[in-house]
Amino acid sequence: MSAADLNGRPQNGTGARRRLVAAGAKVGPLLAAVAGIVAVWYLVTYVVLSPERRFLLPPLHQVLGTTLGNPNVMAPMLDALGQTVGVALSGLAIAVALGIGYAVVMAQSGWAEKVLYPYAVILQTIPILALTPLIGIWMGYGFGARIVVCVIIALFPMIANTLFGLQSARPAAHDLFTLSRATRAQRLFKLQFPAALPSIFTGLRNAAGLSVIGAIVGDFFFQQGLPGVGGLLRIYTLRLNMDALFMAIILTALFGVAMFSVFAALDRAVIGRWYGRGTP
Amino acid sequence: MTRTLVLDDVTKAFPTGTVALERVSLSVAAGEFVSVVGPSGCGKSTLLRLASGLDEVTGGGIEVNATSTSYVFQEATLLEWRSALRNVELVGELRGAPKADRRRRAQEALDLVGLSGFEKQHPRQLSGGMRMRVSIARALVAEPDLALFDEPFGALDEITRLRMQTELQSLFALKNFAGLFITHSVSEAVYLSTRVVVMSGRPGRVVADIPVPWSYPRPPELRYEPEFAALTGEVSAALGEHS
Repeated sequence: MSAADLNGRPQNGTGARRRLVAAGAKVGPLLAAVAGIVAVWYLVTYVVLSPERRFLLPPLHQVLGTTLGNPNVMAPMLDALGQTVGVALSGLAIAVALGIGYAVVMAQSGWAEKVLYPYAVILQTIPILALTPLIGIWMGYGFGARIVVCVIIALFPMIANTLFGLQSARPAAHDLFTLSRATRAQRLFKLQFPAALPSIFTGLRNAAGLSVIGAIVGDFFFQQGLPGVGGLLRIYTLRLNMDALFMAIILTALFGVAMFSVFAALDRAVIGRWYGRGTP
Repeated sequence: MTRTLVLDDVTKAFPTGTVALERVSLSVAAGEFVSVVGPSGCGKSTLLRLASGLDEVTGGGIEVNATSTSYVFQEATLLEWRSALRNVELVGELRGAPKADRRRRAQEALDLVGLSGFEKQHPRQLSGGMRMRVSIARALVAEPDLALFDEPFGALDEITRLRMQTELQSLFALKNFAGLFITHSVSEAVYLSTRVVVMSGRPGRVVADIPVPWSYPRPPELRYEPEFAALTGEVSAALGEHS
């Protein structure tokens, strides 16, 4: 028996074991949060709700049991999720490109920012639910209109965070570029843009979450063509199909978490290099 | 001896009405290292911004006879997404130097400031002193005729600061650029320089110009010699009278 076993934890763990522990430390809190939600769920189902009102929050195992094994429920739900994922990713991609582009233009001069920033603020302050019916009337009720809703809702954090980042390079660094007679493009690509990357990633994480919301809001209002998750939510609600409704909510939550995680990981991979982690 | 930098009767007033510098005349020749000491707010940093062309004078004239001028900032001002080597390479990169050439020169400059082996480290992995060394390497890589220093060691701890002073004067002995160095520290000014210029409080004026006799390279123990103490006393007295 080694010393490590005696006190119950490894004193000199192998690389693989240490990586496992590190992964556990990362995933642990998330699993604990999920466990907490499930615990509250069951508490409400069996303790708070009386049996005749239990349909309001069916137990998790019932939700999973009636949906996961039933292709008649799962097949359309997964199709709908695919549709929603497509809308969200397309909307996000457009919002990222537009947002960064808009911020780059604003960062070029003080007056460009003064002229252009109010439009971004107006876009942000119009409640998307007020605008969505109008978008439907103008653009139809299909894929394109849903993407537009998604872009409008995800755009502002991209603009605001990118602009903040582009302006975060210190004055002395700008002086250095001025003294080296840097061109405007050199200043943008070698100073402002890399300096903006941490903020851009913050914007990306926010925009990714919002793009999922935007896609579902679009689905919910626009019913033409293949329904998205938002469309199904509406149908399940009307039919009071609680098990399927909860499954759809779970799937969208998982999609949102996945989006967030992908961008958080991308953030760590890129910005982590500045601290000397990862690639040389 | 060619005068690399000449400030002739320079006045700088800001639009707010503040007069930072009033009729300052000063010159730095090749092989001279001139330190400027003065109380806070006497326009020392403004002097450097004018000499480098970052700011415009409002009176008088500035003449720079240098093909290459470099500037060392108060803080290391490194780009934190670049390794030490790539930070030193930056200036050559901006000027369109061929990659192999600028990389070799950056490596030489890092070797010169004692950072061999730290090329791949990013700024956040380096100590304050090492970051400032990278910054000095970045300034030297352009082989400047004129090197401007804006209180580069002000933020460093005392031990690091003394070591950096020793290193900088030996680099000066080696490279023989014309140096203009801004500092708060009288002993730093005397130890590093061929001349110490004393400025008054706002508006900044030159009130004394004191030559420093010793040749380079200067040993660190010079700071404990009686002659050194006498000269720092003289500079301090000039400062005291006018602040």
